[in-house]
Amino acid sequence: MTKIRELKVGEWLPEVKLPPVSRLDLIKYAGASGDYNPIHTIDEEAKKAGLPGIIAHGMWTMGNLAKLFTPYYEEGFVQDYSVRFKSMVFLNDVVTLKATVKEKEDRALRFDVAAVNQDGKEVVKGEVVFSIY
Amino acid sequence: MFAEHIGKCSNKVKNVVERGAVKKFAEAIGDPHPIYWDEETGKKSRYQRNIAPPTFPRVFDYGVIEGLKLPSKGLIHGEQRFHYERPLFVGEELYCYAKVEDYYEKKSSMGELGFLVITNYGEDPSGNVIFTSTSTIIITEAVRKAMVV
Repeated sequence: MTKIRELKVGEWLPEVKLPPVSRLDLIKYAGASGDYNPIHTIDEEAKKAGLPGIIAHGMWTMGNLAKLFTPYYEEGFVQDYSVRFKSMVFLNDVVTLKATVKEKEDRALRFDVAAVNQDGKEVVKGEVVFSIY
Repeated sequence: MFAEHIGKCSNKVKNVVERGAVKKFAEAIGDPHPIYWDEETGKKSRYQRNIAPPTFPRVFDYGVIEGLKLPSKGLIHGEQRFHYERPLFVGEELYCYAKVEDYYEKKSSMGELGFLVITNYGEDPSGNVIFTSTSTIIITEAVRKAMVV
């Protein structure tokens, strides 16, 4: 595995394509996070809220996106992680996670990160500052 | 409607970065890396123990901001930001509280949107801030009107 500190501006971490979003994924996240808002798990509640169906928790997608950095904890840690939730993630969507080096500093790398759906639409977009020890 | 709450804080609540909760959370975001749950991997790591994923602070109890009532439905999570001094250690105690950072309204195609910015803080037992987690919640005009009624 390449060391994260050796990446150059414009290079990226290996992309991860998630399996299609399942109801069980969202039920598990509701239980693990304590976010039981029913628009994420119950069809009728999502419809009542004016949605075509249940949607993933934004924080589920944000949590997934962070795992691109997990293999590099011996080199550093995620110091700053910020995102905008740009679009909704629905059941059966196929989300791909991406991180590209935007800037390199002495002790940190700044990444553009994004979660993109099967239509190429960004659902989550943000930035990670990975601090190097 | 929320501007009067700017600057208000909740009481501090003691939380523990629980091993089982970390494992369950890591599984729920599809990140089963052993650094989060395997004791041997944790001991051999530079942290000498297990750590928690960066979005884990979602699970903590941040207490109650007195007087701040949010609608139970129709809130939109617009933005989220985490800042860390170091990763969270499994088993450590953190003192957590929330603060209303800001509130403002902006005109948009969906009418006038309200933006409520709340920061969650996590301190170690000596009072050092280990992480902050800032959420921007969007409250639509329709939801605000329903609250007044």
